[in-house]
Amino acid sequence: MKTQTTLNKGKPDGGASDPVMRIRGLGHSYGERRVLEGLDFEVGRGELMCVVGPSGVGKTTLLECLTGLRRPGEGEVVFDGQRIEAPPRGLAIVFQDYSRSLMPWLSVLDNVVLPLRSAGLDKAERERTALEALAEVGLSDFTGHYPWQLSGGMQQRVAIARALAYRPAVVVMDEPFASVDAQTRADLEDLLLRVRDHLGITVLLVTHDIDEAVYLSDRVLALGGKPAGIRELLTVDLPAPREQVSTKALPRFAELRSQVYRLIRDV
Amino acid sequence: MSRAVKAATLVAREIWLPVLLVAAWWWLSAGSTSLYWPALSEITDRFVDLWFFDHLLEDALPSVVRLAAGFGIGFAAAVVLGLVLGSVPALEDATRPLVEFMRALPSVALLPIMMLLLGTDDDMKVVTIAFVSTWPILLNTVEGVRSVDPVLHQVASGYRLGTWHRIRYVVVPAALPQVFAGARVALSMSVVAMVLTEMVGSPGGLGYFVLDSQRTFDIVAMWTGLIVLGLIGYAANKAFGLVEARVLAWHRGYTKQKEDQR
Repeated sequence: MKTQTTLNKGKPDGGASDPVMRIRGLGHSYGERRVLEGLDFEVGRGELMCVVGPSGVGKTTLLECLTGLRRPGEGEVVFDGQRIEAPPRGLAIVFQDYSRSLMPWLSVLDNVVLPLRSAGLDKAERERTALEALAEVGLSDFTGHYPWQLSGGMQQRVAIARALAYRPAVVVMDEPFASVDAQTRADLEDLLLRVRDHLGITVLLVTHDIDEAVYLSDRVLALGGKPAGIRELLTVDLPAPREQVSTKALPRFAELRSQVYRLIRDV
Repeated sequence: MSRAVKAATLVAREIWLPVLLVAAWWWLSAGSTSLYWPALSEITDRFVDLWFFDHLLEDALPSVVRLAAGFGIGFAAAVVLGLVLGSVPALEDATRPLVEFMRALPSVALLPIMMLLLGTDDDMKVVTIAFVSTWPILLNTVEGVRSVDPVLHQVASGYRLGTWHRIRYVVVPAALPQVFAGARVALSMSVVAMVLTEMVGSPGGLGYFVLDSQRTFDIVAMWTGLIVLGLIGYAANKAFGLVEARVLAWHRGYTKQKEDQR
């Protein structure tokens, strides 16, 4: 197992040592309403970064701009050296609402296979890749089910498998664990950490949950204000591997948590 | 309960009333001397004579072929057109009044113009059936395409699905439940159009048979024709239901599960 966690301690100016994504001067408005302003940061290769901010701060807008689903009003997002105009090939998205982001007419396997069809893999290759990804999230026994026959946590695992099978450099997740119960949520968080270590992917996760952000992250990007800007890009110096009980019991965890809390609450 | 018993119960629930009514008809009409209300026994005797197999092959089969061809063409045209209109809102807004107008036209009213343009043969019959079945399916397809969850479109864009894959795996399956709802309406309208076109068009077909029997005062034969028409309509609906249950198997489970969650 690689210890990705220690590789990319971001530099204090918001930069990263080996950036896979560069965000420069990003801003966006809906008509007269300015939502985002002057965002500059980099995401390092292999890094797990959480973007945290209160509800309605513009996290979803930021995510849409980062993934190429929305063209930002100002600034640019550079992915692997290329300015993003539309969703790039090396980027996979996990949406918040699993019940809406999976195709109810496709089996679990076919849902994971679907993006690979357009990616030009042949049939055997598609199935092999999809089955590997489903094994990675522990769903090998449910490939023939329809998503809606599974529990919420399992459905979100299907969505994660779909992202993994796509073999992305970066996985962007929009509040991925917000709609499941607490125990499932903890399980999914640990699954994400395990998969990240195993596959060495970069993860950019948007959440409103401060505990989750601190627990998962190498760095936390605290978003606040109106229009929203970066309050701080905080390096999380908690030891790896993380563990639900012992990590959250560390005094340092509590410190970081209150620090983030104050950052996003202060107006 | 075993499967066989369950199936038998289901069938029994569906047929007890028809059986009862037919028995009553049989009993009440027995020995009837009325020209218009012949005894059912007389009708069934003629039924066997006429429909096994001369008129089955000469009239019923061509009718069914025209129905299938017309409905099939209408269905295909409506789905293709519906995908285009549903994907381009501006085009849909512009054509909506026209489509609503076409849908509102009763098929009887179309017959004179269809005959002027296409004559009285198969062309006219099939085109008329296709025409009337197109509009309800078209309207529903447009509705279905437009109601695809925007999150699914984001998924398709985010994962760079090609246009064909987006249509084949996202838009069409999402719209299908609505398409089928429209097709069910269109099917009954097609049967009406089939009978009408045969009544006014060149000789042949079930509609012609019924009208011709009545004109020649062969009322018993007319009754047998009505029975055949009813049976064909019933069979068409059943066949449609089977196809729907197969294509939309996921949808039944999905909606049931959604309801259970409430």
